[in-house]
Amino acid sequence: MNDTSTLKPGHIQGETGIWEMVIGLEIHAQISSKSKLFSGASASFGSEANRNVSLVDAAMPGMLPVINEFCVEQAVKTGLALNAKINNISVFDRKNYFYADLPQGYQISQFTKPIVGEGEIIVDLDDGEQTTIGIERLHLEQDAGKSLHDQHPTKSYIDLNRTGVALMEIVSKPDIRSPQEAGAYVKKIRSILRYIGACDGNMEEGSLRADCNVSVRKSGEEFGTRCEIKNLNSIRFIIQAIQSEAERQVDILEEGGTIDQETRLFDTSTGETRSMRSKEDAHDYRYFPDPDLLPLEFSESWVQDIKEKLPELPDSLKKRLIKDFGITSYDASILVEEKDYVDFYQQAANGRDGKLTANWMITELFGALKKDNLSFSESPITSENLGELISLISNGTISGKIAKEVFSEMMKSKKSPSEIVKEKGLEQVSDDSEILKLIDQVISDNQDKVNEYLSGKDKLFGFFVGQVMKLSQGKANPGVVNKLLKEKLK
Amino acid sequence: MPNKDTIVDVPTVNKIARLSRLGIPEGNKESLTNDLNNILGFVAQLDEVDTSNVEPLASVTGHKLPLRSDDVNDGNIEDLVLKNAPERSSGFFVVPKVID
Repeated sequence: MNDTSTLKPGHIQGETGIWEMVIGLEIHAQISSKSKLFSGASASFGSEANRNVSLVDAAMPGMLPVINEFCVEQAVKTGLALNAKINNISVFDRKNYFYADLPQGYQISQFTKPIVGEGEIIVDLDDGEQTTIGIERLHLEQDAGKSLHDQHPTKSYIDLNRTGVALMEIVSKPDIRSPQEAGAYVKKIRSILRYIGACDGNMEEGSLRADCNVSVRKSGEEFGTRCEIKNLNSIRFIIQAIQSEAERQVDILEEGGTIDQETRLFDTSTGETRSMRSKEDAHDYRYFPDPDLLPLEFSESWVQDIKEKLPELPDSLKKRLIKDFGITSYDASILVEEKDYVDFYQQAANGRDGKLTANWMITELFGALKKDNLSFSESPITSENLGELISLISNGTISGKIAKEVFSEMMKSKKSPSEIVKEKGLEQVSDDSEILKLIDQVISDNQDKVNEYLSGKDKLFGFFVGQVMKLSQGKANPGVVNKLLKEKLK
Repeated sequence: MPNKDTIVDVPTVNKIARLSRLGIPEGNKESLTNDLNNILGFVAQLDEVDTSNVEPLASVTGHKLPLRSDDVNDGNIEDLVLKNAPERSSGFFVVPKVID
């Protein structure tokens, strides 16, 4: 066997050589609209079964779809944020298939003329590298309803609340070469969607899900036959599913078999994919233009208005944070991942030490929130209070060590740092005469060690510093203690 | 122009019927295929016109697709929605078990 430890991500060592993965993603993002794509029923999550259903969604005869302008605007906004071509004329098609949670018997989608065409985004990888992933298209479509199969031994229960909710399907080019890149791509898309407010990106509630197309090939060869893994709802599952699917394909090919193009499901309990439906007729959707809907048209000036209102996006924000606050590219990419992080950081770091603020936010605050199982929005520490803590450190009121104590108190009590410092008497002591008193005490208590030091045992200096700090309960300014001790022990 | 007799054959009709979830008695398939070929052959006369430089026509009325604002003004009619369901339970439609 060859050593696999040096394999690049996305490469698989087989008996016949190294295989490379080729991956393309279809991301389904639920648009953050109040009502559905073609009806005025609520698009909210978690209501009573069939409460948010209109007669249009239930596909009653004679009901006609009317498109939601807000949803169109979000698709255009997303297209612009993906640096993509906006199609001022697009067409809705019917994608025909039968399923109990699809009362129309077809999904209204866009096939040959989507609202957004080709684009590209830059993706940040864990090693600090960047790569560009092409966008093939983005189109608008309806979500299906929900089937519950575990309520009854022989029946399925159908809830149409999600039927007709607006989705954007964002299709990447097959530019992705490793599971890690796929994860980073989804993260970036989610971050962009959240910045512009087009989708809340909540993967647990299913607002963002991905289908992964995976194939393998030897480097430089043509693309192999792909399989599609459906409906992955976490970045961790996306990474696991792609790795396991690619390994499955390599095993088959190396044994001389061929890959069937098919749809597969990821089983989260086994960590493996399995075949979902027979390929017979699976993709025979008989698309045709929906006769209930005219082509969707909008003017170039409407697109320009949306473009002007776009907020600053993660890439440009990252550059600005590096320039304005002097932080590292790595720290900046963590901070721009979420709009909430950047807003918090900019408020906390405003007029203060940017690097110190970034350290405290990323290491201490994120760490403490994770430990307490809190989301960022539940942080007991406000940006104002973190900023104040940074000021107290920077102006020497407290030492870095005391600051950690103040910080954990802030996590518990939500009090401001200055309040805590005052209540507990934690101000750093920098006053020479006070520190000299402590030094005198330490010297008189340790006369034997002083004699040893004076007779050449230099290493004991650290011991004296430690004793003085201890006596001050950590409040003495270590710099001043050092300086004064040196003078005293000459 | 395709020969009107060979636009669809029996296997194609079988496939379309299956995709459309239509049950067609075996004895009717031959005549149905003939009927379909007659209809499709008639429509296929349109292929005689050269439309290579003509944009597809979406509407003869000149209307544009109307848009509505994002307001919740429908729903909350679960009784009406479920009214024709052969079976229902605690607000759900109940159907024979469907699993992929």
